[in-house]
Amino acid sequence: MSTAPERKEFESSKKLRSVMGQYFAQLGQAAQQGQKVAWCTSVGPAELLRALGFLVYFPENHGAMLGATRMATELIPLANARGFSPDICSYLTSDIGSFIKGETPLKKLGLSGPPRPDVLVFNTNQCRDVQDWFQFYSRYFEVPCLGVFTPRAIGSLSESIIDDVARQLEELVEPLEKIAAMRLDPGRLSEVIELSRQCTVLWKAVLETAAQRPSPITFFDGTTQMGPAVVLRGEQAAVEYYQVLLDELRQRIADGVAAVAGERFRLYWEGMPIWGKLRPLAEQFIELKTCVVASTYCNSWVFEALDPADPFRSMARAYTSIFICRSDPEKEDYIAHMAQQFSIDGIIFHDAKTCPNNSNNRYGMPQRLRDRLGKPYLIINGDLNDLRLYSEEQTRTNIQAFVEQLAES
Amino acid sequence: MRYFCGIDIGASAAKLVIIDQQRQVVAKAVRRSGVDYTLAAQRCLEEALAASALAATQLAAAVSTGYGRDNVPWATERRTEIACHGRGAFHYFPHRMTVIDIGAQDSKVIHLDEQGRRTGFKMNRKCAAGTGAFLEEIALRLDLRLEQLNELAARSTKHIALNSFCTVFAATEILERIRAGEKVEDIVRAALHSVVKRVVEMDTLHGPLVLTGGVVAHNPVLAQLASEAFGTPALVPPDAQFVGALGAALFAAELDGRPTC
Ligand code: SF4
Repeated sequence: MSTAPERKEFESSKKLRSVMGQYFAQLGQAAQQGQKVAWCTSVGPAELLRALGFLVYFPENHGAMLGATRMATELIPLANARGFSPDICSYLTSDIGSFIKGETPLKKLGLSGPPRPDVLVFNTNQCRDVQDWFQFYSRYFEVPCLGVFTPRAIGSLSESIIDDVARQLEELVEPLEKIAAMRLDPGRLSEVIELSRQCTVLWKAVLETAAQRPSPITFFDGTTQMGPAVVLRGEQAAVEYYQVLLDELRQRIADGVAAVAGERFRLYWEGMPIWGKLRPLAEQFIELKTCVVASTYCNSWVFEALDPADPFRSMARAYTSIFICRSDPEKEDYIAHMAQQFSIDGIIFHDAKTCPNNSNNRYGMPQRLRDRLGKPYLIINGDLNDLRLYSEEQTRTNIQAFVEQLAES
Repeated sequence: MRYFCGIDIGASAAKLVIIDQQRQVVAKAVRRSGVDYTLAAQRCLEEALAASALAATQLAAAVSTGYGRDNVPWATERRTEIACHGRGAFHYFPHRMTVIDIGAQDSKVIHLDEQGRRTGFKMNRKCAAGTGAFLEEIALRLDLRLEQLNELAARSTKHIALNSFCTVFAATEILERIRAGEKVEDIVRAALHSVVKRVVEMDTLHGPLVLTGGVVAHNPVLAQLASEAFGTPALVPPDAQFVGALGAALFAAELDGRPTC
């Protein structure tokens, strides 16, 4: 008989909780402290907002919390009933549902709810949903909603695209300065960009430890560990945290500690996490002695182009070179490279019903990658937050059957 | 003589097969899975043992599969129904092929190479389209028993199409057909054809087509429709409903002599 699988906790997780706790505490006190708050998309221009003294809040992070706590499934229908289709981003519908009902996991962190925004800033590099999402709150709070419109499906990243996005970022400065009631200090912007760059370097190094056999970290660990890279990039706290985590991972490697004991197979996860099912999925993979070592998702917060000496153009390059806004051939090359770097045995594609932007299985990519890499794939139908779109048993069987197949070959 | 048991607890029926060392089937049992899978498995086992005059102690190993595979406390090992249908089909047709199992709750396309190793598979997406559950719903709408479907479809002379993916919408389409005065046998054939269409959409064939599962076992017309749709003859093993359980029993035989946990 198999024993109950156990996830190996990180020592650093205590520090992670404290770092994230402080971030939310600061947001909770923003109004009292008279600090301005900017809402920002997860791959939006956070560095610029921080340099202008804003506390930065990320609705997508809230969306993920609603998914992970499984509150989303109760809240999404409230947004659906108000005209937001069940087919659009379920971060959006969970978040707006949470707003309508006044229920949020932030209450457990001592906040009454998301901090009131002074401005909302989006970047369409990831999708169009963020624009509609932010405009909903802009209308409600009667605060400005500013945006960067990035082209999508970009093949090679031309200078004209960088010029255009850099210009849009520069054009944000004037309206943001008015709201912040301060001038942008170029020195401060460079400082924030440098901290963000350091965060990227460390976060990437953290993820790259998974190239070791056995891997000291799984994709499921990564979805929790990525918090500071998303919400605190540009802050010293994120840099310090990833240094601690990286040290722990290096120690795991030195001690031969595997995240999945007896690691037999190594997989790549392409697509969104299924937030409400992270634990059972992580446990199933442990049971199957299979480690999901790498993912597009966790690597989406790696912005190597950031350069404090060239703030606007480097931000433009960093936020426009990310996977999600690239063409399929670029995406395929990226995954092929990752497959090699992390010595993967197969790829899992999560087809998230409400996020076509992160579901890359819909135009034949799994088949093309199978032929190119000679590695099998599995497609899981599900969603990031809407568990009405997820079949537990079918997913379990699919994963088990996939690992059986790897064992046969 | 040592014996091996395979038990396939599907969403609708529990099927059990006992084989001997020569891989010959010595007993079978089937009953509704009901709501207590452990009990269904136990009853199947008792029935098969009684029919073959074997004692439980003569079973060297047992493998469970299907939705209820985790609910068989006496199973030595568990395998997915994808593995077991592949293994069972390969027993009858030992060559490269595509196995399509149409079950009560889901359908699977399984690709096997010339050694019987799996090279890929797909399960239908979340809904009932392309499964036995769809046919159950349609039978209910037409006030028919499931056992009547095949005979009626075989009498059909007119092709009509149901277009909807969704079982409920397809049922609405059926109401329209009834209103239009279409014959019940033509509607039933259209429903079976709809199952085949959903399966054709799932994947392409690699090698000959083999159909397994209870839905095909009870509705041979389905094999004929699948042959037409895929443009290649559909092979159906004997006792198609028991192929998953047979595959499990064959896996149990392979376990023999190997240490188990
Ligand atoms: S990328 Fe997908 S999950 Fe993220 S905000 Fe856009 S639609 Fe939602």
